[in-house]
Amino acid sequence: MAEQMTGAEMVVQALRDQGVRHLFGYPGGAVLPIYDAIFQQDEVEHILVRHEQGATHMAEGYARSTGKVGVVLVTSGPGATNAVTGLTDALLDSIPMVVITGQVATPLIGSDAFQECDTVGITRNCTKHNYLVKDIRDLPRVLHEAFYIAGSGRPGPVVIDIPKDVQFALGDYYHLTNFDSHKSYKPQVDGDLDAIEAAVDLMLKAEKPVFYTGGGVINSGPEASENLRELAELTGFPVTSTLMGLGAFPASNPQWLGMLGMHGTYEANMAMHDCDLMINIGARFDDRITGRIDAFSPNSTKIHVDIDPSSINKNVVIDLPIIGDCGRVLEEMVRIWRSKSNQPRTEALAPWFEEIGKWRAVKSLAYKGSDEVIKPQYAIERLREAVKDRDVYITTEVGQHQMWAAQYFPFEQPNRWMTSGGLGTMGYGLPAAVGVQVAHPDALVIDIAGEASVQMTMQEFSTAIQYKLPIKVFILNNEYMGMVRQWQELLHGGRYSQSYSESLPDFVKLAEAFGGKGIRCEDPGKLDAAIKEMLDYDGPVLFDCRVTKEENCFPMIPSGKAHNEMILADSADIGNVIDDRGKTLV
Amino acid sequence: MNAQLRASGSVYFVPPEAGAPERHTLTVLVDNEPGILARIAGLFSARGFNIDSLTVSETEHEKGLSRITIVTVASPKTLMQIKMQLERLVPVHKVHDLTAEGSSLERELALVKVAGTGENRVETLRIADAFRAQVVDASTESFVFEITGKSSKIEQFIALMVPLGLVEVVRTGLAAISRGAEGM
Repeated sequence: MAEQMTGAEMVVQALRDQGVRHLFGYPGGAVLPIYDAIFQQDEVEHILVRHEQGATHMAEGYARSTGKVGVVLVTSGPGATNAVTGLTDALLDSIPMVVITGQVATPLIGSDAFQECDTVGITRNCTKHNYLVKDIRDLPRVLHEAFYIAGSGRPGPVVIDIPKDVQFALGDYYHLTNFDSHKSYKPQVDGDLDAIEAAVDLMLKAEKPVFYTGGGVINSGPEASENLRELAELTGFPVTSTLMGLGAFPASNPQWLGMLGMHGTYEANMAMHDCDLMINIGARFDDRITGRIDAFSPNSTKIHVDIDPSSINKNVVIDLPIIGDCGRVLEEMVRIWRSKSNQPRTEALAPWFEEIGKWRAVKSLAYKGSDEVIKPQYAIERLREAVKDRDVYITTEVGQHQMWAAQYFPFEQPNRWMTSGGLGTMGYGLPAAVGVQVAHPDALVIDIAGEASVQMTMQEFSTAIQYKLPIKVFILNNEYMGMVRQWQELLHGGRYSQSYSESLPDFVKLAEAFGGKGIRCEDPGKLDAAIKEMLDYDGPVLFDCRVTKEENCFPMIPSGKAHNEMILADSADIGNVIDDRGKTLV
Repeated sequence: MNAQLRASGSVYFVPPEAGAPERHTLTVLVDNEPGILARIAGLFSARGFNIDSLTVSETEHEKGLSRITIVTVASPKTLMQIKMQLERLVPVHKVHDLTAEGSSLERELALVKVAGTGENRVETLRIADAFRAQVVDASTESFVFEITGKSSKIEQFIALMVPLGLVEVVRTGLAAISRGAEGM
């Protein structure tokens, strides 16, 4: 039955009806009616952030770690423009998110009113869809449709811009649940059975197969990861994953090759290059993965499972596309494989695993240890050692520390790894950790950070203090924007233009100023004790881990090179491996 | 493996375009909602696709549907991407590549203003008659013609009007529909 209420009340009622428990936001003139409606209830908890960008990354961390839609509420004008980075980040990484923005009253739209901006115009290209609701009669439908669009198909961010007069207007509220018959938006969930059967037939004949999995497996839900594990066990095929897909397949499994791509392992990239059958499940042939595209896996038949038809043939030509949800398609693959074969093809795959064994023996993640300074790789290994028996959620910022975390912190479960992959947003990790901790109050949440990135959204540490969210911010402090410095070393003659982190704050005092705990460590011998101190503290911690200043992140596929042209840490002359045209790439 | 490193002129993620560019007419059925045109145009500019011509108008009022006709020049691979990316937009119902799907009709309307006196006026009217262009406005020194047809016919007419005193032209852009009994 329709119930009469104001637009602002509809927003809060729709959140309740969608099962939303938390939202992240910041008040302002154009959303005051909604904040008033929030004040008068306590089912939906509002987390007050320090900057709207922080709210969006919190919602992303919340969404990525739970599979639910993350929700953000911000005001018009600067509130909306500050959310743009997070919206774009969520679009590129396919994170379900609904961002509600206030707007000036409808008669004022277009008059350059105070805190007015063209929110739907600005966010049109960085959302999956957006709405400006000018009529109260449209509001209930739009609110529920936004959740459906954000969370279904290929997930993504949706903006609902609500003018202030619509928030005050009275109208009939109704709860829409069935969108299967949406007039134009119809994501294809089930894969074509003939195509899946053809894929299994190719898999039964393959001699050098590899599963190349991505964030789509995580987005599809925990069952997709279960199905992937089952299919990998049935087939005996090796598995590699993109940065976004880490955790879908357990790193402890002997079939695991490690992450692939620009800073992936040697064995993963060589397997991709030399395979005869590539089964891409929920990944998108991103340029960080493929390297030089005309030399990408030259001899393989390529199967691509993706829920977004536009991903097929976008970067790489596909032999067998399967449009559908990863979890469903994997389930069908398992079923069809079982009907055709009752054992893994261990014997037939033995020569392939022998080859892989030789690549593994290269030990591409080996690094030179030190008794004097903390190596960043060592710091992550010790952190991992200290938390290996706990259910731990890791977020990261962007740069060298992010790659080292991906390389040296193994994941066994999906939804435990939150990182900005597509957009590469420095400052993502700290707010994302706050969002994860809100969703999992009793879990251990660690942001593996760099000293440069973390300063971009440092103020959200204050949010963690306010809500008693005991996040651990583990800063690998090398006093450089490390990845920028590494590229300057490799490409620009070691001229470190503007990449030194001058005038760094004292992170220990900074933590204390916020009301948290600060820990500093620069001695590898004291690292374990310091990590223990961090983990034992019941509250937010900033850990200033002083590491080697000019360590490079290896292995690495240089710009313009193919998978089999990786450079390893012991490379003699890295300054000359990237040619002039490669230097023009990022 | 480091010994395998060698200089390469290849640039990754900027592969050579697969196939020569072709001119295609797409017809797109969309919800007639505010911002739909900006959504389509924004998609083309954001992804570096080409628009040669774009027309939009409501076609089924009671259902709130509009038809957008887009003429684009792209390689076969990019054309596929254009179609897929358009279909990904929430208010887009259907996308058809009329050029790829067989025979279709394409028409455009132009208003052409020509000024002149004496012998030129006679010649202008004679050509307009041959092209079945109609006079929709006239003064002692000028005509405005309305002409409909394929784009090539309109271009030819305009070219002939240049030496006779062409003042200005407005064109509607292309409207296109498939032949036969089947609808979209």
